[in-house]
Amino acid sequence: MTGRPEVVVLDHGSGNVRSAVRALERAGAAVTLTADRAAAEDCDGLVVPGVGAFAAVAAGLRAVGGDRIVERRLAGGRPVLGICVGLQVLFQRSTERGAGDAVGLGEWQGTVERLPAAVVPHMGWNTVATPEDTRLFAGVEEERFYFVHSYAVRHWDHTVRDVAVSRFPEPLVTWAEHGTRFVAAVEDGPLAATQFHPEKSGDAGAHLLRNWVVGLG
Amino acid sequence: MTVAVRVIPCLDVDAGRVVKGVNFVGLRDAGDPVELARRYGEEGADELTFLDVTASADSRETTYEVVSRTAEEVFIPLTVGGGVRSVDDVDRLLRAGADKVGVNTAAIGRPELIAEIADRFGSQVLVLSVDARRCPEGTSTPSGYEVTTHGGRRGTGIDAVEWAARAVSLGAGEVLLNSMDADGTKAGFDLEMLRDVRSRVSVPLIASGGAGHLDHFAPAVRAGADAVLAASVFHFREMTIGDVKAAMRAEGIPVR
Repeated sequence: MTGRPEVVVLDHGSGNVRSAVRALERAGAAVTLTADRAAAEDCDGLVVPGVGAFAAVAAGLRAVGGDRIVERRLAGGRPVLGICVGLQVLFQRSTERGAGDAVGLGEWQGTVERLPAAVVPHMGWNTVATPEDTRLFAGVEEERFYFVHSYAVRHWDHTVRDVAVSRFPEPLVTWAEHGTRFVAAVEDGPLAATQFHPEKSGDAGAHLLRNWVVGLG
Repeated sequence: MTVAVRVIPCLDVDAGRVVKGVNFVGLRDAGDPVELARRYGEEGADELTFLDVTASADSRETTYEVVSRTAEEVFIPLTVGGGVRSVDDVDRLLRAGADKVGVNTAAIGRPELIAEIADRFGSQVLVLSVDARRCPEGTSTPSGYEVTTHGGRRGTGIDAVEWAARAVSLGAGEVLLNSMDADGTKAGFDLEMLRDVRSRVSVPLIASGGAGHLDHFAPAVRAGADAVLAASVFHFREMTIGDVKAAMRAEGIPVR
């Protein structure tokens, strides 16, 4: 690979992505915001942002063929990073009001549920408990990251999906706590995702994005 | 493993320029909101709030441009409030790069606006801003507080605590409670009002109005605030973001 890794931020009509694009550029990537299928499938790294309701994000993602794009990339071992609801839609389903029959991409087993906390949304900077071998959090394990969400995955239930993916080691799960323990990030071979917003998490978030971009090489 | 209490500086922006003076050493342009935002970000601000006080519709374009430049340079959450009247206004601000949008007067006249915004963009983008005061002599509401408009000069007779609770049930994801009695006094936050609102809403609560001393912040948190907002004390360097955090940390409050 020559020069900066090429990253596509998938444009599926979800909220503010301006900061994500700029933060990835600062992390060393050449970034394009697009829904172009070929570009999204072939780039070095694909970012799937997501803000708002689970059902709306899942629908927006499918409307641009995002489910197929993610699947083809993973089949080829090409990195994908989901952010916020972009993490949630990688699971199977959500109990969010209005989610109804909306299904996630099902890359990981589990249900997105409402946080049982006194104050919801969980809004602000929180610490995380990282696994020993984390690459995403290397150097920022003790930092706080910016969360804003009312729903989260509370139970991690991993079973190997099929033989093709079993060559990857066991997924690494990072946890955070707000009323209950929940999944703050997952690193699973080429597929990674964070429930928090690295692009809004100041220097710590920039460091994490750099870790991801460096790994694209 | 507890979410940190947020410290939020608020900038009043008029036609793309910071109003109310700022007194920072070493700024190239003390009137540039983007430069101030960057500086506050470097000093450890957990979020930023722009209050757009632009009167003319024409100058609003400048606001969007300032929001965009800020979002591209400062990597912490940005809330923009002031003059938000419609779903389209919210859409434009979010597209420009705002993470959250503050809604105030327009929602008082038309509460459905809250549900419209929440349905379209999610509750997490919507901050209900309440300018509240204790009811003046001769008037009353059940809670004893009323919502004001026009910067606190005009009472509405609407119960401020009820209004906050109703707005949350309609979809507001956060409440910015600004005490018009305490605002500018530097005598501390209105703790009683914070407690009264806290007991009725389960979304994050931002305390605003009255900060004048480092000792003022921890009591606001103990009264139920999840975040503290201030303007002039930061702009005039009477205290820094770091000072406020150190004071809260000394009281056992988690800060970033």
